[in-house]
Amino acid sequence: MTRAAQWEVVIGLETHAQLQTRSKIFSGSSIAFGAEPNVQASAVDIALPGVLPVLNREAVVCAIKFGLAVGATIAPRSVFARKNYFYPDLPKGYQISQFEIPVVSGGGLAIRLGAGDTASEKFVHLTRAHLEEDAGKSLHEDFHGRTGIDLNRAGTPLLEIVTEPDMRSSAEAVAYARALHALVQWIGICDGNMQEGSFRCDANVSVRRPGEPLGTRREIKNLNSFRFMQQAIDFEVQWQIAEIEEGRAIRQATVLFDPDTGETRSMRTKEDAHDYRYFPDPDLLPLEIKADWIDEVKSGLPELPQAMQQRFQSELGLSPYDAAALTASREMAAYFEAALESAGRENAKPVANWIMGELSARLNKEGLEIAAAPLSAPQLAGIVRRIADNTISNKIARDVFDALWAGDGKDADAVISARGWKQITDTGAIEALVDEVLAANQKSVDEYRAGKEKAVNALVGQAMKATRGKANPQQVTDLLKKKLGA
Amino acid sequence: MSELINSSLRELSAALAAKKVSAVELAALFLDRIERLNPGLNAFIALDRDKTLAQAQAADETRRVGAGAPAISPLCGIPLAHKDIFCTRGWRTSCGSKMLENFVAPYDAHVVEKLAGAGMVMLGKLNMDEFAMGSSNESSYFGPVKNPWDISCVPGGSSGGSAAAIAARLTPAATGTDTGGSIRQPAALCGLTGLKPTYGAVSRYGMIAFASSLDQAGPMAKSAEDCALLLNAMAGFDARDSTSLERPAEDYTRDLDQPAALQGLRIGLPREFFGAGMDEDVRAAVEAALAEYRKLGATTVEVQLPNSGLSVPAYYVIAPAEASSNLSRFDGVRYGYRAPDYADLAEMYSRSRAQGFGAEVKRRILIGTYVLSHGYYDAYYLQAQKIRRLIAADFKAAFQQCDVIMGPTSPSVAFAFGAKSADPVQMYLSDIYTISTNLAGLPGMSLPCGFGRNNMPVGLQIIGNLFDEARMLNVAHKYQQVTDWHTRMPEGLK
Repeated sequence: MTRAAQWEVVIGLETHAQLQTRSKIFSGSSIAFGAEPNVQASAVDIALPGVLPVLNREAVVCAIKFGLAVGATIAPRSVFARKNYFYPDLPKGYQISQFEIPVVSGGGLAIRLGAGDTASEKFVHLTRAHLEEDAGKSLHEDFHGRTGIDLNRAGTPLLEIVTEPDMRSSAEAVAYARALHALVQWIGICDGNMQEGSFRCDANVSVRRPGEPLGTRREIKNLNSFRFMQQAIDFEVQWQIAEIEEGRAIRQATVLFDPDTGETRSMRTKEDAHDYRYFPDPDLLPLEIKADWIDEVKSGLPELPQAMQQRFQSELGLSPYDAAALTASREMAAYFEAALESAGRENAKPVANWIMGELSARLNKEGLEIAAAPLSAPQLAGIVRRIADNTISNKIARDVFDALWAGDGKDADAVISARGWKQITDTGAIEALVDEVLAANQKSVDEYRAGKEKAVNALVGQAMKATRGKANPQQVTDLLKKKLGA
Repeated sequence: MSELINSSLRELSAALAAKKVSAVELAALFLDRIERLNPGLNAFIALDRDKTLAQAQAADETRRVGAGAPAISPLCGIPLAHKDIFCTRGWRTSCGSKMLENFVAPYDAHVVEKLAGAGMVMLGKLNMDEFAMGSSNESSYFGPVKNPWDISCVPGGSSGGSAAAIAARLTPAATGTDTGGSIRQPAALCGLTGLKPTYGAVSRYGMIAFASSLDQAGPMAKSAEDCALLLNAMAGFDARDSTSLERPAEDYTRDLDQPAALQGLRIGLPREFFGAGMDEDVRAAVEAALAEYRKLGATTVEVQLPNSGLSVPAYYVIAPAEASSNLSRFDGVRYGYRAPDYADLAEMYSRSRAQGFGAEVKRRILIGTYVLSHGYYDAYYLQAQKIRRLIAADFKAAFQQCDVIMGPTSPSVAFAFGAKSADPVQMYLSDIYTISTNLAGLPGMSLPCGFGRNNMPVGLQIIGNLFDEARMLNVAHKYQQVTDWHTRMPEGLK
């Protein structure tokens, strides 16, 4: 039995998603990233004496959207609480968060694991999601032994999304984090920018022998890339297994991942954990969300990826893999649907193939997002239509794609006609051509007649070459075989 | 002109409107008096003659330009002073603490903004117990305030500076705040009228928080009529305070001139407010006031507030709990006092707070931190919140039987300096009759109803149902029309 098989890994994730509101959660300051330090910090944000928080309703709308998107319960009444601790970048000496009664509870996300035949689905349950404010930043560099405080981020609205300990590997954790990352962007509540800290994860990791109760967990803080998440969890799991196998007990702790060493190291243990002295914030009334508010938000919610995948499969006959790939982002799905509208539903599969193949490869190569593709969805649809009606071959289609990508021509038809790429389908013209080819390639003709069927390919190739690809290869093949067989 | 120091706000308003006096003259009159008398009382802790006179000049200009226009507030040009708990732009706002000794607020509190908007002229900032924690004004970093009726006695607290300043006629009116009795108790001890409105009636924005769920600003002045005029300018919805009540604006003076308002008024007398613990001189004055009310046509009925005995312990869990968190922002990082020497971050915090806060503030932070701690929260904080709901329910039941509740404001008249400062529990019991209204969010007021031991003023407390300020003010006003306690002033300061 391998070591891995003797141990079960248990992972739960806590994700902080920065909400895309115009202003902070309890003040009117902007939350734009990258401003000069402390220029986006108002009297409320720096906690001057006498200031009071006022809840930003937009942040609540984001929470409702999220709750609806994951099939969770949205609390008719939730409570903001104060989490008390001292830190220089926490201006009030407490963070306003939700503790006993969060705005969202339950629900979950389906994640896809693996690809192709071995692909499987798993449902990750959510414990809760709650609204809270972010702290500022402590800048430990550039101040010669002193610490700078930037409070621009203080008060930025966050949704903290907490899962049940449902994940059993780093791959599952990453698959969940990716699905969540896509979803929060899909419903427009978070820009998903991990570099700027808009989406960051903490992973609670423990190991146990199968069937035993949960092991002691250690929490890896602030994972801001999927690669680091995978590396950190893998390292942590191996470390915990080694500790236990060497007879040492795991102590509950908060750890940090160092991307340079690829290791996790303990930041603080449970013994020196804070007593946050949570209590309901008397400056804020309980958050009441009535059914009609939820209905209003619901009516403005886009079709969700899960529903869209189902639709693509049942109505368009796409595979689960294709449906998932086309709903990887809302922009991708929008592109696909726009192309489909123009190309016709009967062309769903080729449209999907072009998007996932040629278009994705090109975007990837040039580092572009699909929303910024130089080739529009109707332009792509135009190419697919001309393949379907035999105006051009697949090979010519790629040239048309290149031309449109480069901006040469307004649509496929314009490119095809300007360059004379229309496929030759006139039977008379093709017949004359075939006769020429047969006359000029007696050797191949003899081989074919001698039983070497593959010899026909050389003849087709000659015919295509003579037309510079414009002949319909199927038509040429059929005609050649007919003449050779005569 | 010196007789104007005893004038009511309506009289001052009329004099200003009739151009018998200018706002500048009025401000100068009081500033001169402050200069002369404040050193013996220590009521004002920030003065700026130029700023005050500039504001008065602006008020005169407003009255001149808009003469007769209805948009001019009757308060325009009338001086007042603010308790130093309210942030005032360009003025030091210390909250009575070393922690904020050098803090100049960059913005005005809602209340300050509203009163300035009405054209009132700010004379200065008033002394108070540090962070409003105290019932005697002995906890101020700037030294105790003296009671103008007897300078060996406390003026009450925490709005002791406000009370002493009005009693000594250093200002016609002042703002105060009341978390457990901090407007009413000093009003009683200094012979004034003061009102704590319904929680949420006056915005807390810019008022330095002590206990957020209990704090409420209100007016302090000589009479109920003055308080009604001031409350008109102070109250109203403010989007910057989430606990501010969104109600249509009210004219609190609307009932003042209606005759016969006391006919059939049912006055509830809580049995618990008239038991042991109240000094006999206080009892005698309160009973005499009640007799006067009966004479005016009111009836009295005994009511019960069975849980009121729990109000002090519940208060001393909830208020310190909230305070311990509210005062965390005073950490020496961004503003306020920072210890000169420290080796690391933890030491910067501990030294700044140890040196910046006084003993009573530290005591309450410790209590509050303790009751919120893991393992104690349920036993203290949640229990206290339950008691709070019971107390509110008691009042609700009592108001089924009566229109207003009356009783003493304070169990005793003003006591000598040091008499209770060594024993916090004795000090806390000074607020035994006032605290329950804060816990229930109800409006309460105190008005002078006579004199007790050593000729010190006694206060009558009126507690109203939610939003019943206009009725309470009317009830108090009717009494003040037939009595003259509220017009008396300390002999030595005339």
